[in-house]
Amino acid sequence: MATSKEQVQTTQAAGRTWMDVKSGGSNAIPEGLWLRCPQCGQMIYRKQMEANLHVCPECEHHFRISASERVRQLTDPESFEPMFTELRCADPLSFVDRKPYAARLVDEQRRTGEHEAIKAGRAFIKGRAAMLCCMDLTFMMGSMGSVVGETITRSIEAAIDQNLPLIIVSCSGGARMQESGLSLMQMAKTSAALARLDDAGGLFISVLTDPTTGGVTASFAMLGDVILAEPKALIGFAGPRVIKQTIRQDLPEGFQRSEFLQDAGLVDRVVHRRDMRSEVSRVIDYAGK
Amino acid sequence: MALPHVLECEKPLHELERKIQALESLTSNDADQSALDAARAEYAEALAHLYANLSPWDIVRVARHPKRPQTRDYIRLICKDFCELHGDRRFGDDPALITGFARIGSMRVMIVGHHKGADTNDKIACHFGCAHPEGYRKALAKMRLAEKFGLPIVTLVDTPGAFPGLGAEQRGQAEAIAVNMLEMSRMKTPIVSIVIGEGGSGGALGIAVADRVAMLEYAYYSVISPEGCAAILWKEANSETNSAAAKALKLTAKDNLELGIVDDVITEPVGGAHRDPAAMGRTLEQWITDRLRELNRFKPANLPARRYERFRKLGSYLEVEPTPEPSEDAAAPSPAPPAPETDATTPRAAQGNGAAARKPRTRSSEPAPAGN
Ligand SMILES: [Zn+2]
Repeated sequence: MATSKEQVQTTQAAGRTWMDVKSGGSNAIPEGLWLRCPQCGQMIYRKQMEANLHVCPECEHHFRISASERVRQLTDPESFEPMFTELRCADPLSFVDRKPYAARLVDEQRRTGEHEAIKAGRAFIKGRAAMLCCMDLTFMMGSMGSVVGETITRSIEAAIDQNLPLIIVSCSGGARMQESGLSLMQMAKTSAALARLDDAGGLFISVLTDPTTGGVTASFAMLGDVILAEPKALIGFAGPRVIKQTIRQDLPEGFQRSEFLQDAGLVDRVVHRRDMRSEVSRVIDYAGK
Repeated sequence: MALPHVLECEKPLHELERKIQALESLTSNDADQSALDAARAEYAEALAHLYANLSPWDIVRVARHPKRPQTRDYIRLICKDFCELHGDRRFGDDPALITGFARIGSMRVMIVGHHKGADTNDKIACHFGCAHPEGYRKALAKMRLAEKFGLPIVTLVDTPGAFPGLGAEQRGQAEAIAVNMLEMSRMKTPIVSIVIGEGGSGGALGIAVADRVAMLEYAYYSVISPEGCAAILWKEANSETNSAAAKALKLTAKDNLELGIVDDVITEPVGGAHRDPAAMGRTLEQWITDRLRELNRFKPANLPARRYERFRKLGSYLEVEPTPEPSEDAAAPSPAPPAPETDATTPRAAQGNGAAARKPRTRSSEPAPAGN
């Protein structure tokens, strides 16, 4: 990577510009002891909200959480074994917009302390062994580039080899533009790997969280044997803004939210965060995995 | 010679065209004839030069040229006895995706292709080539039919993207595309795909998980339109940022070939397919028959494994030495330098990824890719 640190511009925030995705709720929880819930507008005590699985105690609004927090919430204590952590982004196109992709990555890595927009590994969920992938919205809007696609594909292959149920918790702005065609191909790659898992009789539980859009929705996220979604998560192919511009009419209340998708027959169950562990375990048991 | 829809980049040719027209209208004598010949030669040279040096953004505009041949044109040009099959048996018939039996040469095939529309009404009916979920489901249903009866599948990709609309979302646009990719990856029949114009993101890929993928020389294939990319990353889509985005996205046929995303680039007639659709049709037919003949040598049951390998190796990433447990302290900077030029890194890039500065290497744990 030819980019030196001098080239890194710090004045502009990194590519967190998927306006459609952002409109759904606060991306990062503001600092401070107290915060205002974006749904009910109440001032809530941060520690209380955090102790409540990052759910508003007043209105049940599900705050967006990092992959680490997700892993902590879903898995048995100390049971998560990270895998594929050796994968790093290569900036294959030497992509430069107003800022080089390489510099954006460095900034994102420094800001989040993470290497990429996903965490994968083996874990136990209420004593049941599973392969778990959690996407991380805090890293470049959880966008899928080669590393995310490869991590998911390797996880699927590991689930096949080790006969483990696979759980992928999605939250993403979609494919990562900075890897263009190669990002796009991750959609085909992950979907093809899921065909193999299906052929092997494996179980894939897809968990959709706010927001799941674009190329992630249009690949592995919608291919679960069972698809669970957190309440009121934005889930869709196109962003609401693009749709509004295209059809030139207002979108109905609750459009592209989990409940809307359940009504449309696209999601099996809307599940509250506090029940996710037990619901996932229940499905694993019913599948006999 | 003049086209009703002229591209910005073709403006330098206007003057020559007018000159030729003026000369053609003159009563001919030898002097006029030689001037006309010279002007025609000059024009041919200018056209060839122009098309040999198109910028990525110019290529996008050629790919969208209103006169560029579409799926129905190629069906007319290269297929015999086209038997169109309509509908997804679930919701409706999407005119933006055409499917049907056809003969190409001596082969019986299933044709699946996006259709943008011939005239204004047709374009509106087809949503300008943006298919709905029922279109993708129709494509899948007919591809399954092909698989059942042992027909190879030929898909022609030409879409700005899948339709972004209320009904499309409600009926599961994302699910339809995802299921197509999954099912195409395991179909036990040969599949070839050609991006003939616009290869717009998931809407394109939803019919392009194939054994062999090609692009016409002036087609483009991208994760997002240059305008969409410019609006997001440059905050504004104008001719300057669109052009920059088109370049950055590496969306041309040549770029996609280097990234290993497509296997072949099919040469277009000088000045683009719209200048000589018949010649383009012949070249396209040749590519299709050659590739299908090649794929017919494999047992259909063995094709999915090969197809999987084709897509499995796409992507470009590095592998570093496994690091110890990452620090839980999010405030601390990442312990391992993210810069991938450290000695421990092993570049593992897409097949034939010549665009990257680093030498690509296929995964060493795997057998070398078969030379097919
Ligand atoms: Zn609240």
